[in-house]
Amino acid sequence: MFARLRPGRAVAPYLLGLPAWVYLLLFFLIPLASMLALSVATGNPLVGYSYTGHITEFQDAIVRYHRQFLRSFYYGGLSTIITLLLTYPVAYWIAFHGGRHKGTLLFLILLPFAVSFVIRTLAWQFILADRGLVLGQLKSWGIISKRAYILSTQWAVIGGLVYNSLAYYVLPLYVALEKIDRRVVRAANDLYAGPASTFFRVILPLSSPGIFAGFLLVFVTNVGDFVNAQILGGPGTYMVGNVIQDNFFVNQDYPMAAALSSILMLLLMVAIFLYARAFGTETIQEYAA
Amino acid sequence: MSKTKSSTRHPLLNTSAGDPALFRGLTENRVSRRRFLQAGALAAGCLGMGPFAFAAESTDWEDWWKKQKPSGELVFANWPYYIDVDAHSGKHPSLEKFTAQTGISIKYREVIQNNASFYARIAPVLKAGQATGYDIIVLTSTWQLTELMMQNWLIPLWKEKIPNFYKNASQSVISPSFDKGNRYTVTWQSGFTGIGYNPKLTGRKIDSIEDLWDPDFAGHVGMMSDNTELGSVALLKLGIDPVTSTPDDWEKAAAVLREQKQKGLVRQYYDNSYINALENGDIWISQAWSGDIFQSRAKGFGDLEFVVPKEGAMLWHDNMMIPVGAPNPLSALSWMNFYYTPEIAGMVEDYVNYVCPVPAARDYIAGVLKDPDVANSPLVFPTSDMYSKAHDFYTFKTYAEYQRWNSNFNPVIQG
Repeated sequence: MFARLRPGRAVAPYLLGLPAWVYLLLFFLIPLASMLALSVATGNPLVGYSYTGHITEFQDAIVRYHRQFLRSFYYGGLSTIITLLLTYPVAYWIAFHGGRHKGTLLFLILLPFAVSFVIRTLAWQFILADRGLVLGQLKSWGIISKRAYILSTQWAVIGGLVYNSLAYYVLPLYVALEKIDRRVVRAANDLYAGPASTFFRVILPLSSPGIFAGFLLVFVTNVGDFVNAQILGGPGTYMVGNVIQDNFFVNQDYPMAAALSSILMLLLMVAIFLYARAFGTETIQEYAA
Repeated sequence: MSKTKSSTRHPLLNTSAGDPALFRGLTENRVSRRRFLQAGALAAGCLGMGPFAFAAESTDWEDWWKKQKPSGELVFANWPYYIDVDAHSGKHPSLEKFTAQTGISIKYREVIQNNASFYARIAPVLKAGQATGYDIIVLTSTWQLTELMMQNWLIPLWKEKIPNFYKNASQSVISPSFDKGNRYTVTWQSGFTGIGYNPKLTGRKIDSIEDLWDPDFAGHVGMMSDNTELGSVALLKLGIDPVTSTPDDWEKAAAVLREQKQKGLVRQYYDNSYINALENGDIWISQAWSGDIFQSRAKGFGDLEFVVPKEGAMLWHDNMMIPVGAPNPLSALSWMNFYYTPEIAGMVEDYVNYVCPVPAARDYIAGVLKDPDVANSPLVFPTSDMYSKAHDFYTFKTYAEYQRWNSNFNPVIQG
């Protein structure tokens, strides 16, 4: 009887995982495969595209759009670092000093995110307009030139990226900080560690899983973003996402769009791999343990 | 081009139906990641598919039309805010009138936000030999329309059934360069692409395309991200008629645009949001669509001016057409015929405020609707002087040509 049950037991976890596998197959693997197939197709929208196995689109993509790739990684990286610097104190404060209001405070952080992403980004257009709330006031005080502007510059785009990723960084940081055993902090104090030393040698390392997870989450999303550049950007702030969108919807150059997406994915995977090696999961597990 | 038609409300409708910019945010820019992926899967799905099932070109269309049976329905796909709306009921009086008169009920769908993305949505369906479900779609006189014609994805119109078009249509929409003889299309609205500006900010009157290159306006010049518009204005600046331009001309045009950008003159390459940027003063001068400026003035931005520059302006047309597989083609013809009357075109025009394809609608708007602002506006009923400065877009003959155009002008925008 036990002998008959055993195979069933072994299969059960797989059966339970089946919906997830089917889901991944349908909505991830198949689209991924078709994207890769499309990227090595040639043709045009009139005659259709057929699979030829040519990798010319990849070469072409790099030659034509390397600047947009570099820019995307630069914007993505910088915006992620700024987001980290901004959100860490917030998460820290909520986790250590939020008291019984922790839930409310987190809710307040998430509240703006109930509004559509696009609408929130559009709101920045109004706030940062040349004669808007901020610049209009500064101009009327004569602090900045009447010609000055922020919108359409890279700082507007990076700012938008930072703003839109705040919540995605606060949450993992909060979870990591919240989990830190307060007795460890007290122990550090008992052992004559000052506040700075406690922070840098105890709290910061212990919160590294949050830093790590948040960084990935925000960085990957921001590198591929196209909405901020579209709404807040100007000439010379095109990111890879915008180029992909143009190639897909405007030029109907599907192979080029697919090739660009594949390259972006590949670059991100390499970046993630290197990042994981450097600040690796092992180190994190050590600290967490 | 990629404009949200009539970004706006009618002057009489100042009871704030919400900020148009917000509306645009909801409709135009929201290409969500999910839709992006869906479209990707669709495109991949049509890879390696056979030719279209309808052998459209070999069909005897006269014969085909005669075999069609009238039906009581019409599915009409159009752009947002592109038809008359009753201020109280929110319904469309022109459509209701049509239903009352013909017994044909209309499903009016505001599903087109952009020529390219709408084309990207229907092309895989048509390629698979299926029907889009629409009887009438409205697209601009640009590449995607040419593409639909080349693919034989449009049903040639049955002229007999649209006598009103030939009776009432403006000369500017009869046999246009992109559809000689109106084989497939009749115009819904036209519009000029000229220059919009705020004299208070520019400090002087504007009358030339050269003004878009004026270093005094550095950082406050708006240009269009639609590469057909962008390329065309540069051609006009160089004194070249876009219709007869050559790839060599395109290179020269791209060069002056690059120069304009490198000198820091261009604030941004805008989609239809340029109008908000003009309204709130981010830009002082911009390439602009006539109807947008008209509506902007009507809703309180009286400073804004529209000018047809001395070098010329582009005249575009948004056109009604019947995609193959349309379930109610006869109803579509009835509507086209119905629209081309002074009364109906007038009702629509009084709300939409672009360029009316029926000149006689002017009397209807002035006499019956008592709206002299619209009737006397040269932006809605252009003067012959404006028409004489109007240019058509270059009509691409092959995809290779279109790509050549793109390869000149896209790098300017994407840089």
